[in-house]
Amino acid sequence: MSLIQEIDFGTPRSKSEAMVTLTIDGQSVTVPEGTSIMRAAMKAGTQIPKLCATDMVDAFGSCRLCLIEIEGRAGTPASCTTPAMNGLVVHTQSERLKKLRKGVMELYISDHPLDCLTCAANGDCELQDMAGAVGLRDVRYGYEGENHVFAKSGGAPNAAWMPKDESNPYFTYDPSKCIVCSRCVRACEEVQGTFALTISGRGFDSRVSPGMSESFLGSECVSCGACVQACPTATLTEKSVIEIGQPEHSVVTTCAYCGVGCAFKAEMRGEEVVRMVPYKDGKANRGHSCVKGRFAWGYTTHKERILKPMIRERIEDPWREVSWDEAFNFAAAKFKGIQAKYGRDAVGGITSSRCTNEETYLVQKLIRGGFGNNNVDTCARVCHSPTGYGLSQTFGTSAGTQDFDSVEDTDVVMVIGANPASAHPVFASRLKKRLRQGAKLIVVDPRRTEMVESPHVKALHLPLMPGTNVAVLTALAHVIVTEGLVDEAFVRERCDWSEFEDWAAFAALPQNSPEATAIMTGVNPKDLREAARLFAIGGNGAIYYGLGVTEHSQGSTTVIAIANLAMATGNIGRPGVGVNPLRGQNNVQGSCDMGSFPHELPGYRHIAGDTVREQFEAMWNVKLNPEPGLRIPNMFDAAIEGTFMGLYVQGEDILQSDPNTKHVVAALSAMECVIVHDLFLNETANYAHVFLPGSTFLEKDGTFTNAERRIQRVRKVMTPLNGYADWEVTIMLGKALGFDMKYNHPSEIMDEIAALTPTFAGVSYAKLDELGSVQWPCNEKAPEGTPVMHIGGFVRGKGKFIITEYVATDERTGPRYPLLLTTGRILSQYNVGAQTRRTGNVVWHAEDRLEIHPHDAEQRGVRDGDWVRLASRAGETTLRALITDRVAPGVVYTTFHHPDTQANVITTDFSDWATNCPEYKVTAVQISPSNGPSEWQKSYEEQARHSRRIAPAEAAE
Amino acid sequence: MSSSPEKLVYMANQIGKFFQSQGHDKAVPGIAEHIKKFWDPRMRKQIFAHLDTGGAGLDPNVLEALTTLKKA
Ligand code: SF4
Ligand code: SF4
Ligand code: SF4
Ligand code: FES
Repeated sequence: MSLIQEIDFGTPRSKSEAMVTLTIDGQSVTVPEGTSIMRAAMKAGTQIPKLCATDMVDAFGSCRLCLIEIEGRAGTPASCTTPAMNGLVVHTQSERLKKLRKGVMELYISDHPLDCLTCAANGDCELQDMAGAVGLRDVRYGYEGENHVFAKSGGAPNAAWMPKDESNPYFTYDPSKCIVCSRCVRACEEVQGTFALTISGRGFDSRVSPGMSESFLGSECVSCGACVQACPTATLTEKSVIEIGQPEHSVVTTCAYCGVGCAFKAEMRGEEVVRMVPYKDGKANRGHSCVKGRFAWGYTTHKERILKPMIRERIEDPWREVSWDEAFNFAAAKFKGIQAKYGRDAVGGITSSRCTNEETYLVQKLIRGGFGNNNVDTCARVCHSPTGYGLSQTFGTSAGTQDFDSVEDTDVVMVIGANPASAHPVFASRLKKRLRQGAKLIVVDPRRTEMVESPHVKALHLPLMPGTNVAVLTALAHVIVTEGLVDEAFVRERCDWSEFEDWAAFAALPQNSPEATAIMTGVNPKDLREAARLFAIGGNGAIYYGLGVTEHSQGSTTVIAIANLAMATGNIGRPGVGVNPLRGQNNVQGSCDMGSFPHELPGYRHIAGDTVREQFEAMWNVKLNPEPGLRIPNMFDAAIEGTFMGLYVQGEDILQSDPNTKHVVAALSAMECVIVHDLFLNETANYAHVFLPGSTFLEKDGTFTNAERRIQRVRKVMTPLNGYADWEVTIMLGKALGFDMKYNHPSEIMDEIAALTPTFAGVSYAKLDELGSVQWPCNEKAPEGTPVMHIGGFVRGKGKFIITEYVATDERTGPRYPLLLTTGRILSQYNVGAQTRRTGNVVWHAEDRLEIHPHDAEQRGVRDGDWVRLASRAGETTLRALITDRVAPGVVYTTFHHPDTQANVITTDFSDWATNCPEYKVTAVQISPSNGPSEWQKSYEEQARHSRRIAPAEAAE
Repeated sequence: MSSSPEKLVYMANQIGKFFQSQGHDKAVPGIAEHIKKFWDPRMRKQIFAHLDTGGAGLDPNVLEALTTLKKA
């Protein structure tokens, strides 16, 4: 193994299709028009010396190191800013160029410390490389003069010197090493889109500075690390590199945080991760990442990780560490006992959206084949199950229609109930880049999110009341239908015309107009009409949506309404358009694909279908139950009722992530055996009898499938600290239960998936190694996968319009609960925070806060930072208030990253009509001043503390 | 809202409301199919038991759908 070196072409790729041919150092090179001479030379294998250019950002032409000579032209132009043209004859090396370059380097080095040997970038410094490349042998200017290098000059303090900024938990900024090449500034602007950095001052005085001479931590910086990656020197450097040293080998793998699915190089020293660097060939992220994937991997070796299996008879007992065998036998005996006593259907399991496809597949196989029932569900239940239902009804597949590259061809983007800047940051960066090129943005969200207003982005915002999505979408449809903006040719060709007519007649009803629905939705009808027109006729229109769409009692209806809108405007089936669910966790898409739902086998095929079921029966050598099993909320109800007594949970913290915590606590407490398979003693584990230690994404092989249906490899870079990868643990648990599953490597599991699932038929580890990634469907018809779906026709045949009537949720405000609570997430923390809370990311979000409008706060005598009591019909909790007009009067907002807050004590168990996806996004609440944690929080805390005890190990024999 | 028949009635009616706008003839089979596809046998058994005792609280389309489903 060696360190993967990606070629830096110096300037970005040109997308032009016209080609030009020129001669560089006697070699003929053909490149797309608009390519720089620097890039063309690199293509021909000649690396022109450079400092201020790198291919992640546009050229700036400031360092003057990349000079060349062009025959017939005077002077020595910079190759990074000079475009290649037909017939040019270029020389990259001559006596004149050598002399000029040496001169440039001499100046740089004369104002740069010479402590290369002890510098963190030693071996990975472009300044060092260039000094070598130009043959710099001595520096004529001394250090006595003006410089940025020394704190003191001639005994007096040096005004030009600046101390290190170590405020960011993951990287340092050492201004004394800065060569002011501005690569960091351009990376922050062009790649990340945050505009946190500027070059202040001019000439010798110019400095890189975050914001107005703030610290990195105190500035707008979101710690994506793009600037660190762009920096050619040690000025911006990962703290891990400073601590450990330079990596010696690297392995390409996939981020385990969110559904963007960024590809990374895990840069290693032995089995220690030195840093994670986004991989340029990653087709989801194209070389960019966010703070979580790049930096927040410290949890993988956190001291709180549980590495030994543990068991206990009762949840009141302390945990007892045991051998793996003892744990498996204990669990198997319990499960068999439960099934003997309460029946075969009294146990079940939950698959993880954080684990690999292969692991998820095995858990559902164990449940269907080993437990002998279909009581399998997954956390997608609580996030994107309505997506599966809605899109399969209308289009015929349960997934988004595009790849992320598609956004580069979009003219109008509608973002509904999603805050990509927080939850899908790399997608947000790619979207913002497109918006800066002139695409238009419509945001439908109760809250004025970061997307609505950010540097160089101004959205048309439709701030709706939580719970009125369907009314707003139908009003958009109303405008499109009644103003004659329907793409009739598309609808006639691709969709069922009579269903369309029914739907259009419904949408056109006067009660669905923006004016008539404004009372419920709170959206200004004028803005809504403008948005509808813009979306219908503004060019390629794409819809991206998130949990703000699905987590409602009408979640599935909303997804259908989105699909209707896309079909009516002809925005399906080519790059730049489409319907795109932004999936929460890294492998939500994959866990759904792998048959995690109780009624569906892998590939979304109903368990009642004999042909498909028989294929699985033949392959697994077991009879399968043809009846759908219980969904997570149904499992809880059945537990309380006494018919569901055993649960195997892999990699999910259902207690913290599911709504109505008290109900979940009651259900878990009622069960006789709960097996938690996870990295940490999570909240669910407080109610568990068996704890099986899990492994991290760094410790196993497998695949994740991101929100674009892209299947990407996860590669093992270190031995599992707990001894076994999760797929091995599931196999051993199955064995103890008498259900044999034999695989030597996850690739064999994928082969089985491919053999049983038509959309995966062409997928294999060999193909993934060859192509990097593929998007399903990947089979004979599409051997390299399918970036854009429904080209030329819908998967289900004709696109199906379905009427979407607005039904107000039964969760209503009233005199006792006058405010509407809606929930969300923030950038630096992830989901229930089990991982991110165990990393340096806590500096950005130490606690969950309640956002409240100044008007509502004043009425209740609440000041910024005060503790407030937040109560709903389901329960109450306390947290601190944050007064802001991001939320409208009448609406409050919080995140749910910290167990202490217990935001889900508040949420009710209302759910989506079709899928039982819980209604997280609307809860009627009241707020009042408070002195501190509620009784429930205190008793919960006490129970958790009690339950987490681990008995001291018995003396060795 | 966690004890069984009331909750199942509520869920069934929620499904009914979605199909309502499609008219009785499409709604009844639509509701029946949805419940058959997504409800586990014990939930169906419970709602059928509730149906046998009169099906209090079920909306008309839902009642009809469950009756046909039970016969099937
Ligand atoms: S870490 Fe990202 S956001 Fe922060 S300054 Fe660097 S590029 Fe900008
Ligand atoms: S911090 Fe690094 S990237 Fe930024 S200007 Fe200085 S040397 Fe260049
Ligand atoms: S959390 Fe998401 S956006 Fe961030 S690095 Fe990981 S996959 Fe990329
Ligand atoms: S690399 Fe071209 S001017 Fe710096």
